[in-house]
Amino acid sequence: MAVIVSLKEAIHEFLKDGDTVAMEGFTHLIPSAAGHEIIRQRKKNLSVVRLTPDLIYDQLIGAGCVSRLRFSWGGNPGVGSLHRLRDAVENNWPNPLALEEHAHAGMAAAYAAGAANLPFAMLRGYQGTDLTKHNPQIKSIQCPFTGETLAAVPAIRPDVTVIHAQKADRAGNVLIWGVLGVQKEAVMAAKRAIVTVEEIVDNLNAPMNSLVLPSWVLSAVCEVKGGASPSYAAGYYQRNNAFYKAWDAIARERDTFTAWIDQHIHGTQDFEGFRKSLEGAKAHV
Amino acid sequence: MSNTTYTADEMMTIAAARMIRNGATLFVGIGLPSAAANLARQTHAPETVLIYESGTIGSKPSVLPLSIGDGELAETADAVIPIPEIFAYWLQGGRIDLGFLGAAQIDKYANINSTVIGKYEKPKVRLPGAGGAPEIAANCKEVLITLRQNNRAFVEKLDFMTSGGHFEGGESRAKRNMPGKGPVAVITDLGIMTPDPVTKELTLTSVHPGITTEQVVAATGWKLKVADHVETTAAPTEKELEVLRDLNARTAKAHAGQA
Repeated sequence: MAVIVSLKEAIHEFLKDGDTVAMEGFTHLIPSAAGHEIIRQRKKNLSVVRLTPDLIYDQLIGAGCVSRLRFSWGGNPGVGSLHRLRDAVENNWPNPLALEEHAHAGMAAAYAAGAANLPFAMLRGYQGTDLTKHNPQIKSIQCPFTGETLAAVPAIRPDVTVIHAQKADRAGNVLIWGVLGVQKEAVMAAKRAIVTVEEIVDNLNAPMNSLVLPSWVLSAVCEVKGGASPSYAAGYYQRNNAFYKAWDAIARERDTFTAWIDQHIHGTQDFEGFRKSLEGAKAHV
Repeated sequence: MSNTTYTADEMMTIAAARMIRNGATLFVGIGLPSAAANLARQTHAPETVLIYESGTIGSKPSVLPLSIGDGELAETADAVIPIPEIFAYWLQGGRIDLGFLGAAQIDKYANINSTVIGKYEKPKVRLPGAGGAPEIAANCKEVLITLRQNNRAFVEKLDFMTSGGHFEGGESRAKRNMPGKGPVAVITDLGIMTPDPVTKELTLTSVHPGITTEQVVAATGWKLKVADHVETTAAPTEKELEVLRDLNARTAKAHAGQA
């Protein structure tokens, strides 16, 4: 059964230095608040996994929490580069970052394989791409029945998966809807799972066949209102596109980035404090 | 022929949109492909099924998405499914007619790069990377590519091959395990290129109004093959321009969003 605790307690208890961590959410329901809490607790040497690193991993990488990244599309969607990710790869700042680069189809299959307790995923993919020249983890396998050559990639087995969802009930069962990404697979592939939710309610009223993650496959559930912002939560709030654009200038230089992290993340106790801090900064512009 | 003035980018988007046949199932990349696909759906191809890699099937957005999983794509979709399914059951399953990709670099066999400019280990420009592109390029029955044409983008040799087109030309794609036919057209701000039926080398078949063959050749980093008869792309109609501009205006307004 999941414990219902604060995000601070959940990250402290279930996410350790050196862990392999998957924080998923494809554009939608990105667990930003949990990312901030990892930075606040100064976790180190994490091996992080995610299809689209996005702002959440740009922040973790720039804050020095990450030593390895497995991913398939590393940009600020609709805006441009992730500057902290680039600086880490090209200049080892604030520490070296090893990349394991894939394509989405292989990452998705690797999560599904992990969830199914298999050692690797196979797919008809990576044909002709130079990714195979730079990533020795992309291999091939011959079908024992037809002889067809297929791509093979190692299953993703996170120590911890962290996701954001809309609702949990008081027993810690979680309901998610909208763009679902790879969240179910990432949770099922992991040893431990932390879920932040918009709200905890008496009754989920989940329609049959909807995506419910039962409490007993989760480690912790934390109520964090707005915890996916600046991404969106269907039924709760829209994507803050302006913040994605503003991030480009904040993250471009090391000093503006570090000042932002110090002021808004290390300078606050939790996500609510972070949001007030951001609002306050805006009022002073 | 319309007398209305228009930009090269508008011509590119409109020419790309015209390549989409009504009723096709279409796997759409973000940016230029998404603009063209939505223009097609709002003009000559209303039955087109737009599929985005975030798992939205049959999206009917009224504004262009900034990211590939925008709420608008999900809210207007016929179905929203998990990502492992969109790649395994729908794309690899052979359900998609047409893939529509952008690129930073392209070569004469329509192989594309969306990963790095320069060396992989020490890039001059680090681009976002593959995303869904390699498998879209492999598995869709046909592929369209759209990008702006210049010597830096149209290169003799790619810095990195992200997604395979016609490889070394001729039968080289057919010999690989690539279920789809590969790129059938490249639409740029200057004209349209299609692969030669035998050699698969991109061949200039149409120039946009006011553009000369020489201009397109000069904007290409290899000796571009030119068809015996090069057509002139029909200029944008008033209707096409009106729909595209409305779409862009609604999009700009929507994305201004919160501060």
